[in-house]
Amino acid sequence: MTFLFFFIFAGFALAGAVGVVVLRNPFYCVLSLIMHLFALALLFLLLEAQFVAVAQIVVYAGAVMVLYVFVVAYVGGGDKPDQLWSAGPRQKAVAIGFAALIFVELAIALLGTALSALGTEGAKLSATYGTPAEIGQLLLTDYLLAFELASMLLLVAAIGAVALAGRRGGIAEDEGNLSPRHGVVHTPSPAATGSMAEGVSGYGVTTPLPDPQFEGRELQQPARAAAEDDR
Amino acid sequence: MTVNWYLIVSAMIFTIGAAGVMIRRNPLVILLCLELMLNAGNLALIGFSRMWGTGAGEIFAIVVMVIAACEVAIGLGIIVALYRRRLPVDVDELRELHG
Repeated sequence: MTFLFFFIFAGFALAGAVGVVVLRNPFYCVLSLIMHLFALALLFLLLEAQFVAVAQIVVYAGAVMVLYVFVVAYVGGGDKPDQLWSAGPRQKAVAIGFAALIFVELAIALLGTALSALGTEGAKLSATYGTPAEIGQLLLTDYLLAFELASMLLLVAAIGAVALAGRRGGIAEDEGNLSPRHGVVHTPSPAATGSMAEGVSGYGVTTPLPDPQFEGRELQQPARAAAEDDR
Repeated sequence: MTVNWYLIVSAMIFTIGAAGVMIRRNPLVILLCLELMLNAGNLALIGFSRMWGTGAGEIFAIVVMVIAACEVAIGLGIIVALYRRRLPVDVDELRELHG
């Protein structure tokens, strides 16, 4: 029975992994990875590591993948679908060749190992193996340093993510503007009419000084044309 | 099932992830392929833990998960920053580190 379950779960895990590499739309890649993570959690269960299996589903398939889905939805990335995959036939062939080399190397390492226990089902397990109690005890006794360092790493990563994704120096030039394609009619206003940009940067710094002859004629024409179109 | 089988599956997943990192050009998908490689390592660690019957491998796997979470936070932060600056989200176009 374990045999059957192993092959089903391993098949799903491998199919999910292949899907991540092969699918063109990044959103489908994320969904494929979620399937892969679930199958992997089931494999962990077959290995009797219950706590890690649950952590895998809650942390990975839950939290981390939600982050991915948000970023894929934000960045999009479906704009040039054929270029996302086409690394060029030559690079693809070289990459697959290198990957095959890595696999051969790993297989040699596995087959040539002197660990005879690899051919067995594993050692006899204690009743508490893989339970949260055992993991918690190990984390707070034998592996306390690793636990503390991991928490420091998470703190540094959180600060780094905020520093990277946050806006520095206010809103970028063309980011905050509402442009006509967003559905709001952009009516140019004559210079020195007390807009917020002038208030911030000082009069005459970003906007030219008003020309009394031109003022109010040239700049207002597009607005008038738009008003006529509406009529 | 002997532990060998799990290690072979782990090697396959690692290989697929490595091929993906080399083939794909979208940094988001490259991060996903990195996740694949980290998960392959996790599977091997859990397999070895089962082989010895001690919990050490599981602790390692949890630490690997923490590292993966950090990598995701930083990597996605960089991608969002790229997108904000109107840079192409394509690793072949991003050859310079200069802002």
